[in-house]
Amino acid sequence: MEKTVKIRKKPIAAILLAIFCGFVVATVILAASGYHPLEAFGALLSGIFGRPKYVSNVIIKSTPIILTGVSVAFAYKMGLFNIGAEGQFIVGAVAANIVGIVCDFPAIIEIPLVLAVGAAAGALYGGIAGWLKAKYHINEVIVGIMLNWIALYLSNFVCNIERFHKPDSDGTYAIHESGFLTFFTNWKTTEAAAEFVRNHPVAGDILRTDANAGILIAVALTFAVSSLLYKTTKGYELRAVGSNRDAAEFAGINVGKNMVQTMLIAGALSGIAASICIAGNNPHGISQLSAFESNGLNGLSVAFIAGGSPIGCIFAGLLFGGLLYGGQSIQYMVGAPSEIINILIGTIVFLIALKDMVPVLVDKLGKRGVKS
Amino acid sequence: MKKWRKIIPALLSACLLAGCGVAQKDDSVYRVSMVAGTGGINDQSFNQLSWEGLQRFGAHSGADVRVLESKQASDYLTNIDRATDTYSDLVWALGYSLADPMLTIAKMNPDINFAIVDYGFDESPHNVTGVVFRAQESSFLVGYIAGMTTQTDKVGYVGPMKSFLNDQFQYGYIGGVAYAAHVRGREIEVQSQFTESYSDAAKAKAIANKMYSNGCDIIFHSAGGAGYGVIESAKENGKYVIGVDTDQSYLAPDNVLTSGMKNVDIAVDLVSTMAMEGEEIGGQTYSYGLKEGCVGIPAENPLLAPEIYEKAMEIQEMIVQGELVPPLSEETCQAFVEGL
Repeated sequence: MEKTVKIRKKPIAAILLAIFCGFVVATVILAASGYHPLEAFGALLSGIFGRPKYVSNVIIKSTPIILTGVSVAFAYKMGLFNIGAEGQFIVGAVAANIVGIVCDFPAIIEIPLVLAVGAAAGALYGGIAGWLKAKYHINEVIVGIMLNWIALYLSNFVCNIERFHKPDSDGTYAIHESGFLTFFTNWKTTEAAAEFVRNHPVAGDILRTDANAGILIAVALTFAVSSLLYKTTKGYELRAVGSNRDAAEFAGINVGKNMVQTMLIAGALSGIAASICIAGNNPHGISQLSAFESNGLNGLSVAFIAGGSPIGCIFAGLLFGGLLYGGQSIQYMVGAPSEIINILIGTIVFLIALKDMVPVLVDKLGKRGVKS
Repeated sequence: MKKWRKIIPALLSACLLAGCGVAQKDDSVYRVSMVAGTGGINDQSFNQLSWEGLQRFGAHSGADVRVLESKQASDYLTNIDRATDTYSDLVWALGYSLADPMLTIAKMNPDINFAIVDYGFDESPHNVTGVVFRAQESSFLVGYIAGMTTQTDKVGYVGPMKSFLNDQFQYGYIGGVAYAAHVRGREIEVQSQFTESYSDAAKAKAIANKMYSNGCDIIFHSAGGAGYGVIESAKENGKYVIGVDTDQSYLAPDNVLTSGMKNVDIAVDLVSTMAMEGEEIGGQTYSYGLKEGCVGIPAENPLLAPEIYEKAMEIQEMIVQGELVPPLSEETCQAFVEGL
């Protein structure tokens, strides 16, 4: 009994429990609206694992939200709530798209350039919120939400500039092919590739997707952020400010400066998430937005599910990407409305918000165990 | 620990079972999949109408119909690809934004038919069908109605943004107004403006307010969701507005004069039926208009003077017979007006 109590006290137990409860709620809703829940979850699972290319698509879908998740988790460690990740993502995408259309260098320069410009734009955008907070104590949540909308309309404005607008579409031109992060971009359309796809069912299947190097960059950056937080003096300072701002200031840490730096880094992470999308996935450009695409807002949920741990964001991001991509199969195969997956995700996040209650409950359970 | 040994194989076998749930190839069923745009299948407009059309087709033909919604522009390619995995015989793509991704997937799957609404390729591959609407015909009709009804000799037009597709609405309408002006023997001014968005209802409303205060008494909009702003403005100003795509009179029964309908559902049903009956639909673009009943005005227009409706029906007949060709672009419109 004591052992199980110990296990259940670990944060991961609460998270798994929340995910399980999310599925229970979704089951009830599916059953109540007349769909077979097992069939629906079967469609979900086969939509994620059914074919190699689905797995590949899940990874592609997860890449940006892992990074925006890390962005949010990082800022959260220093006590900032980076709801502006959405806006940072959008300006990152806009900047990466513009530079990818305007400049045409060899891949060795073009790819880093597109990524760096996206990151820089996101960093600047995040920096605004950090600077306003540090200098004028303006709440970063309010600023972030406002900046999100500014970014959305900026994006739509750029979308309609004649230089970038692709005629007879609602998006911009794709960036130059030298900027593509996709594997074997040029080779894919050749006859040899078609031959390869026929002969290698697994690799060929994956090759049909936009499989790209983005996930490697995302994982590398996640580990870099994690070691920055836990292995360096800077990270110590940031966490110190996060745990107790006044104490940190008293200890001689420049809170304002750290705040701006944190938001610069968080913004850069969201920005690079966007430039990976531009460089990695079709359509390699931006489209007219009528609402947020939620790449940044999903990052909030990812960071939340991960319990604020950057490394955890990798797993939470994959889970999230899997639910988002595989969830479409519920609608496609079973016919249930696509909103069911949003309910599932919403329930999970909601229950994770309540996760601090689990150890309390388990504690009580443990005491009862001792008594009996 | 023992528990896990039981649970893991159970989970794995569940995955495998789920994998078996993927549709098996079965030649006895005709399968049609639809990939919707980012508006979603409850958008009260284009996507919803198309899906209703496909559902109706499924109901009367017994075909297996499915739909996949796209949440982002980057979903188009993966979703169209996904739709080919279930042994679909026909895959629908909704909206011109899906044209490029659809073409890419169509080239990879030469055995599957692909059809797209609102787009015609200059050269369709053998397995690709375009479906376009002669929206200029319905727009001409509502333009004629606006021209016949106006008291102030000023009417307005609110569009989303300039595109080949939207030119049909704009210049069809202007042509209709010019025709009415010719019939009535007076000058009627058309004020045109764009929202640069399909969703910015606030901007559309501001534009409409301006037009009404400039003396326009009727506005036609083709701005999708943004157009609700125009209807809102008409309500507040007590003026007339002309709806688009569907009969929008339910939105403002006292203000919606008529609507330039585009019955995407009929076209989807029509083309799906042809494909199922084995007709060779690939490699071409179908153009649907008044003749096929795919565009037009509602049969019931309570606000419209009956004699104007009668005349509009005469015009409709002339268009169907080919005696009158509504303009669909700036050049054809200029030529049409000069030829009156």
